[in-house]
Amino acid sequence: MSSSTLSTILFAVFVAFTLVLVFRAGRSTKKSSDFYDGGGSFSGFQNGLAIAGDYMSAASFLGIAGTIALFGYDGFLYSIGFLVAWLVALLLIAEPLRNSGRFTMGDVLAFRMRQRPVRGAAATSTLVVSVFYLMAQMVGAGALVSLLLGITDPGAKSWIIGGVGILMIIYVTVGGMKGTTYVQIVKAFLLMIGAILLTFMVLWTFHFNVSELLGAAAEKSGKHEAFLQPGLKFGKEILDPTSGLVDAGKTLISKLDLISLGMALVLGTAGLPHILIRFYTVPTAKAARKSVNWAIGNIGAFYLMTIALGFGAAALLSRTNLFRGYKADVTGCLIDAKGAPIVDGAAACTHLENVANLSADAKKLLVPIDPSGNVAAPQLAEFLGGGAGTTGGAIMLAVIGAIAFATILAVVAGLTLASSSSFAHDLYANVIKRGNVTQEKEVRVAKISAMVIGAIAIVLAIGAQSMNVAFLVAIAFAIAASGNLPAVLYSLFWKKFNTRGAVWAIYGGLGAALILLVFSPNVSGAETSLLKLSEVGFRFDYFPLANPGLVSIPLGFFFGWLGTVTSNERNTQKYAELEVRSMTGAAIGKAAVH
Amino acid sequence: MGSSEQDRVWAETQASPEFQDLKRKFRGFAFPLTVAFLAWYFLYVILTAFAREWIATPVIGNINIALVLGLLQFASTFLIMWLYERHSSKNLDAASEKIRDKVDKELAK
Repeated sequence: MSSSTLSTILFAVFVAFTLVLVFRAGRSTKKSSDFYDGGGSFSGFQNGLAIAGDYMSAASFLGIAGTIALFGYDGFLYSIGFLVAWLVALLLIAEPLRNSGRFTMGDVLAFRMRQRPVRGAAATSTLVVSVFYLMAQMVGAGALVSLLLGITDPGAKSWIIGGVGILMIIYVTVGGMKGTTYVQIVKAFLLMIGAILLTFMVLWTFHFNVSELLGAAAEKSGKHEAFLQPGLKFGKEILDPTSGLVDAGKTLISKLDLISLGMALVLGTAGLPHILIRFYTVPTAKAARKSVNWAIGNIGAFYLMTIALGFGAAALLSRTNLFRGYKADVTGCLIDAKGAPIVDGAAACTHLENVANLSADAKKLLVPIDPSGNVAAPQLAEFLGGGAGTTGGAIMLAVIGAIAFATILAVVAGLTLASSSSFAHDLYANVIKRGNVTQEKEVRVAKISAMVIGAIAIVLAIGAQSMNVAFLVAIAFAIAASGNLPAVLYSLFWKKFNTRGAVWAIYGGLGAALILLVFSPNVSGAETSLLKLSEVGFRFDYFPLANPGLVSIPLGFFFGWLGTVTSNERNTQKYAELEVRSMTGAAIGKAAVH
Repeated sequence: MGSSEQDRVWAETQASPEFQDLKRKFRGFAFPLTVAFLAWYFLYVILTAFAREWIATPVIGNINIALVLGLLQFASTFLIMWLYERHSSKNLDAASEKIRDKVDKELAK
């Protein structure tokens, strides 16, 4: 049996199992509000696993392992930022949020403000952050489809991604928060098992000697000690092309970009709407705290294992395999979809490195493969099982591939739930209908918007680019940290904060992040940009950093402050209520009287 | 109970010494700790950006200072989680539940 058949079967088993859970959850959902918070009845341990399941996305499993495999130490920076970020959620956000909100991030932001402007802003930023995050997950899904099922035909790939999207819509609309939570728990469990298995096999290969593993990775990478040090990807020393000396200005910018990334990672988590609403699924603040503790334990253990996965892939897989942008055989000759060498004129073999020299006709035969390292982890699994073409290799590839698919599916479901909740509860019920809507109607709107958002995710996925998943997620984190975190923190802890402050904090931070992104090298000015310089011939990369966080996060805080002090609105009375509620959990789950 | 009476309960609770004490115990612990872990994290990030030579120094075998510092970030995260859990369960939970019960009782009147 080939690995693609086996992979499909394993994934089908996962889907069948989770569908049963979801339909049972759907049946036991009595109140319509259960759609949003799963009845608020999960335990701290269950929710901790579900948080881990919601958080450890394709970026963690595929993106970080891939970045470490390609660039060594620098990939590990993601792991550290993604973990330390949980302390912000633990110390400042989880408990007060559970105590003072009900269904969405907007609940807390709008608590003592004028409802319509604040909820409108909260819904906007929830949708923007979630769509960026969804895009990252879907890029991961596309990369996996090609590797696991050997499907490179864009048409067939689109069908599969469409299928994944439809499944996710079913999870969300039938199971609501309860069903989605079960899917997250199952997925977190599977992901941990898969990571432990791979880590164990990697360490076994290197006699449980981490130094030996690192040494082998450094050797194989061809970069030697530099592979184990920061600097191959982030904060590079940039040389002046004419003099060959270090260009001090450009080098400084490259280092500031590293700090910007670090800032976005550590401050982004506590601004992610799909993570924030998970705190509503437990009954008390104490349970919310316990669930963060469990999540930190799980997530921390997993990110420690990314060292073994990433450096293991670097040490064991061939570099051409990791870096290839097109399908090639073991000797590096480019091959077509059927596995035959691409013959170009007189040359029977064209090496990967010379792909640019191929004639236009021969280029049509190329089979593109994700060059950004997103498939390093599944490739490592195949190698550890015995290599390509062996039964063991096929089984391992299938198992890890199915887990990676489950990972993506679960995260995508969580994101869709967060955005449809916010759309229905903040935008539809409170902005459009001004609160005059039955809960049944509100949930129906949530389900319809889940379908629409699911459809958007499918379309984005089909048009997905070959960008590294971890990088795309880092952008989503920067937007969340700029648009959401300042407003959430001010709301909970600053007495003077008011409607204008909240609206300016959200739109100011969000707008700054998005505008800086448009004028960054991500979009124009380089060969790696969305608009390739050589293809479009113009550039507007006036902002030099790839990650906007360093500028846009302080701007979010600044706009929140500025809006607050320029407006006379003070709501001391409602702040008294918010403060007592958030610290004690009094009147928990009951909406504030407006 | 009318809305203005509810407002009175919230305001009186907020002004009460028990609540102010709870708030001080929470903020006095969580805020400095947040500043501390963020400073420690940014120190690490800044070192990886600007102290490349020092951070590349090997410690044992192929394990260098950069990796050790990274692992220490993991260790400090687990430590802070444990410290906060201990502080909350010892000094905050009971006081907060007591105020909650009192407020809920007054609101139900």
